[in-house]
Amino acid sequence: MALVFSCTVLGALAQLLIKKGTTTITPDLTSILLNLPLIAGYSIYGINTLLMVLALKDGEMSMLYPIIALTYVWTTLLSYTILGEPSNLYKNIGIITIVLGVAVMGRGSRK
Amino acid sequence: MSPLVRSMLMVFGASVVGSFGMAFLKMGAGRLTKSIWSFLNARLVFGVVLFLGSSVLYVAGIKGGQLSVLYPMVSLGYIWGLLWAKIFFNEPLTKQKFAGLGLILLGVFFVGLGSQDQQPPAHATAAARQFQR
Repeated sequence: MALVFSCTVLGALAQLLIKKGTTTITPDLTSILLNLPLIAGYSIYGINTLLMVLALKDGEMSMLYPIIALTYVWTTLLSYTILGEPSNLYKNIGIITIVLGVAVMGRGSRK
Repeated sequence: MSPLVRSMLMVFGASVVGSFGMAFLKMGAGRLTKSIWSFLNARLVFGVVLFLGSSVLYVAGIKGGQLSVLYPMVSLGYIWGLLWAKIFFNEPLTKQKFAGLGLILLGVFFVGLGSQDQQPPAHATAAARQFQR
């Protein structure tokens, strides 16, 4: 579960990097291939997949898969803090509900 | 077919394909050995291919806008995932899992509601433009 947890943090970070990378993108291919934030973002996705596989090796898919939704929580928090997007009531309710859901899932797994 | 229905079908497809991707990752994970090359087993590779396919569908679907509808739809994949977990891996489906999943889906729905006034994520539109050409 700790593995999937770090997956979600990394996933949000990757999204942020990819978003940063796409702001400087032009249609020509070299600008995509030499775009460091973009490369870093997709590399993190690769690492993420490996971590996920390791987590699935011993963990239950029915529990680990929905926990990936925590990515929404980190993405929203990162967009508030780093991208300076305005706070949004619906999003706040949403991320609190997701955290609750993950907590309920986690409790079920310990038995 | 209206553009929204088309987009919804694509995102729905992405959720199904993605959930199968996760199931194949789980199957592949069971075949890991001490050797690092065991990461290249067919099930794992196919799982990754399904993930890529899923994100292509997702990006193509989401460029139709209507994020408030399309964004939470991907998390439908968690429901399919629960089904595959039961069918393929015989995992117990407990009350906590259903309750937790319900809350998570509700939460993602609200995050989607909060996203409705915004443009699709920049990387989605940029990637979509690549696919169009």
